[in-house]
Amino acid sequence: MTWSDVTTGPIDPAAVLKRVGEPRDGAAALFVGMVRNSNEGRPVDGMEYEGYRDMARDQLAAIAAEAAQQAGSDRVAVVHRLGELAVGEVSVAIAVSSPHRAEAFRAARYVIEEIKKRLPIWKRERYLDGEQAWLEGHLPVTGVKDNR
Amino acid sequence: MKVTVLLFAAHRELVGQANTVAALPEGATVETLLSELKSRGGGWARLPARAAVAVNHKYAGGDTMLADGDEVALIPPVAGG
Repeated sequence: MTWSDVTTGPIDPAAVLKRVGEPRDGAAALFVGMVRNSNEGRPVDGMEYEGYRDMARDQLAAIAAEAAQQAGSDRVAVVHRLGELAVGEVSVAIAVSSPHRAEAFRAARYVIEEIKKRLPIWKRERYLDGEQAWLEGHLPVTGVKDNR
Repeated sequence: MKVTVLLFAAHRELVGQANTVAALPEGATVETLLSELKSRGGGWARLPARAAVAVNHKYAGGDTMLADGDEVALIPPVAGG
């Protein structure tokens, strides 16, 4: 069974890693995304993550299931955080285990790339100078609407 | 029919509200809804053309048929991770 969640509480990557791994697995990959202290040279103080939570939960479950199918391993765990985050705080954690390392790395990579393409979550950076801005995002490929 | 419309992030701030209800004729599509919203003027008319739409939590194209009670979300370019 894959596991996925969208939460407002702090993420413990070690706890996410513990959700995967079986005796037949010889490898586990753990990806952790964190809030960076600068963007394009501008000092960043923190980040606000806004999400369409119900849909994000559905989409994240679908992404985890796709990764599991590709990896031939159902040991996929992923959690994304919403709300106000400080620099260094964890925004996303992904763990995949499989018999061999290649599948685990590939599946973890797939999950983070799909999150960036289609998870309905937006982030607003707060800069040290007091300004803030929504980050330019990716337009989800499905259902693109560009000529209204 | 009536559908619930949800707005997020920059869209929500532009329009000044997080949700609204739209009354539409039978047979309405996502396209019909977007035209109705745009015709409201103000921030609605200035919503960026670059957006996706989700109907009941699934991405949907402009020709998707709507039904009474649907939840339609305007999805600005996403930036998770």
